[in-house]
Amino acid sequence: MNASIFENFGRLKEQAAARVDSIRQKPVVWVGTATCGVAAGALKVKEAFEKEIAARNLDIPVIEVGCMGHCYAEPLAVIAKPGFAPLCYGRVDEGLVHRLTEDFLAGDEPCYEYALVALEANDVFPTFSDFPRGAYEEKIILGRSGLINPEDIDEYIAADGYAALAAALAGEPAAVLKEIKAANLRGRGGAGFPAGLKWEATLNAAGAAGGAGEKYVICNADEGDPGAFMDRGILESDPHQVIEGMILCGYAVGASRGYLYIRAEYPTAVRRVEHALRQARNQGLLGEHILGSGFSFDLAVFQGSGAFVCGEATALVESMEGRMGIPQTRPPRLAVAGRRGCPTVLNNVKTFAYVPHILRKGAAWFKETGTAGSPGTAVFSLVGKVTNTGLVEVPMGTTLRQLVFDVGEGIPGEKQFKAVQIGGPSGGCLPEAALDVPIDFDSLQEAGVIMGSGGLVVLDEDDCMVAVARYFLEFTQQESCGKCTFCRLGTRHMLDLLTGITRGEGQPEDLALLKELAEDVREGSLCNLGKTAPNPVLTTLRYFIDEYETHISEGRCPALMCPDLIAYYIEPRKCSKLCNVCVGGCPTEAIYTRDNGLKAIYQDKCVKCDNCLRVCPPEYKAVVKLSPPAKLAEKEGPGK
Amino acid sequence: MQLPAGEKEAILAVVEQILNDQDDVQENLIPVLQQVQAKLGYLPGPAMAKIAETAGVPAVEVYGLASFYNQFRLNPPGEHQVKVCMGTACYMAGGRIAMESFERRLAIKEGETTANRKFSLERVACVGCCTMAPVVVVNDAVEGRVTPTRVDGLILQFADQKNSPAQAADAAKREQEGERKY
Repeated sequence: MNASIFENFGRLKEQAAARVDSIRQKPVVWVGTATCGVAAGALKVKEAFEKEIAARNLDIPVIEVGCMGHCYAEPLAVIAKPGFAPLCYGRVDEGLVHRLTEDFLAGDEPCYEYALVALEANDVFPTFSDFPRGAYEEKIILGRSGLINPEDIDEYIAADGYAALAAALAGEPAAVLKEIKAANLRGRGGAGFPAGLKWEATLNAAGAAGGAGEKYVICNADEGDPGAFMDRGILESDPHQVIEGMILCGYAVGASRGYLYIRAEYPTAVRRVEHALRQARNQGLLGEHILGSGFSFDLAVFQGSGAFVCGEATALVESMEGRMGIPQTRPPRLAVAGRRGCPTVLNNVKTFAYVPHILRKGAAWFKETGTAGSPGTAVFSLVGKVTNTGLVEVPMGTTLRQLVFDVGEGIPGEKQFKAVQIGGPSGGCLPEAALDVPIDFDSLQEAGVIMGSGGLVVLDEDDCMVAVARYFLEFTQQESCGKCTFCRLGTRHMLDLLTGITRGEGQPEDLALLKELAEDVREGSLCNLGKTAPNPVLTTLRYFIDEYETHISEGRCPALMCPDLIAYYIEPRKCSKLCNVCVGGCPTEAIYTRDNGLKAIYQDKCVKCDNCLRVCPPEYKAVVKLSPPAKLAEKEGPGK
Repeated sequence: MQLPAGEKEAILAVVEQILNDQDDVQENLIPVLQQVQAKLGYLPGPAMAKIAETAGVPAVEVYGLASFYNQFRLNPPGEHQVKVCMGTACYMAGGRIAMESFERRLAIKEGETTANRKFSLERVACVGCCTMAPVVVVNDAVEGRVTPTRVDGLILQFADQKNSPAQAADAAKREQEGERKY
């Protein structure tokens, strides 16, 4: 039996390697077409390459790959031509496509001046590890993203894919569990519960009466945090890695069915995963008697319908069974009674993605990275006011300061850093002073925030912390399922208080009331949506109390963001008679020309859309925001 | 909502076809609703009633699902669907301003469709293009760094333009490939 497993896998691997080799012998163009790339115009780039290549009768395939994580430079294209290190080009447009096809594909001039980075070490051009970001990043589960074709299983197999599965199937299921436990792999969905313990509980659970001993493995890809897209990136770029991890989990716990619960808002991820499942089935890596062993396991995609609360384990299972996603009381835990009452393992996309790597390289290898309590790496989507936005993977224990200022290369436009928002609506905001907190499950919890699944938004001096807290509370208030009174009504009341403060109607006693309500909502909610909903408010109250107080006592928004507390004003001494840009740019015709040719604003018509400030030419910079609006009277004098 | 003559029959035909392919409608209620919406663009009342009847559950339960999940819409979408991203990065960069600009120009509120069914306006949470914030998705095209001026431009661009043949062919192709839109 064991011999035949290796024989079967060896054959697959040989075929895959030969095919991939033959592809690499010739020049090839990769275009990153994950959702983020497509948004930046990657499909147009791909089309342009195809057109230019066809026009020159070249035989060069243009292949869609996933996301390399360098979102700031999208759309990205890679040209791999024998004789050169594969070169990655950023911010590609039709003009650059023409140039690259002409000079590099048809000729031999790689246009280094447009290249972003080389993907292999060479003597001519720097690679990722030569950049500050590369020095911190350590890629495990993002390692192949953007570098392999997600729709071609052979590329995954040739890159050591499914080797862990073949080896595991030749051994005992207990060996898989033992390795995962030894690695102390903690769930990457946010809470950090050890995956090994979850699996063990499922393995040992007796199962439902009448359930015929069935067990299930579910992958949670209901990534609902606004501002987070790690799971989407992984599923779109390297889906087989997650599938292999799930099969291994199924083998370890004795399950024969599994599901990937993916948000319907991610159509590309759904399509690529379904395609990957078909390919795996065709190769005998999924379905009946995997690789000729006695183990059978199959997977299907379930599309989540867009409810943030369905990221909660019991709510997710409820929704899979055709009900509203309302969390249930635990115990029983899912490991005992989950889908259809059967023992069920539910892990995040990233958790499963680590599994094949751990089994292939061993628990000891995994523990070399990261901290003692939280081994391995952490994946973040780094967005907001930071220079290098994108998907990053750094070892646990890296500090937030390194992440924002070294990996992300700081704040653009000479602005001042104000805070990082970590963990989405369940997380919180940390100020400059807290930036030296190492990123791991336990340290972040101590700082009052949570690891979350990895959304990280950088905020600068122009962002109002009260507005940020209000934004997240509005989100959780809308997404509350309504089961628990404190979550349903408490968040509503908190939102009303915060809205009042951002409108300048706040009262000094509101802050104490907010704090009290926050504690009550936390105590009185069943699931983590309610338990963590107050976090953005509590952390901003803790670190940015002065901003709240300024809103209440002075009616002033220090960040000049809250629309009710600001007024737009055109400085006559900076405005030019020769320029009319703001007049044309105003959507409500609120700007008029004074008798002396300078511009001014009808305050009653102004909708505070910021357009005049944006369009005012940099040589004038005549439009300013004033807060509180009463300052206008000082500037304009009485009567205006 | 009053349906034009003959539309109810057409709706029921579509629903029946989808229901016929299911062996356990009750457990698969959500996939069924997803498929109906993919075909019809929304969930009409008669469709939900029919689904409830087949599944053997009270109609209110199906309505409950349809109103619980953000994906489902109970009104027909406009010819051009405008989705304003309200993810964290977009919100901070002015998603609210983009939303207000659309509301002002189209004279509808978030979640509504214009009277002539040309435009519908929705908010979405994060389309995953945070680096281009604020982002607006019109039909399927993503627009980055949207300002009020751009909003006016987008509305002009789509206001009197019929779906071009190329767009229609593109949509048909995507449907064939099985990509679900809603």
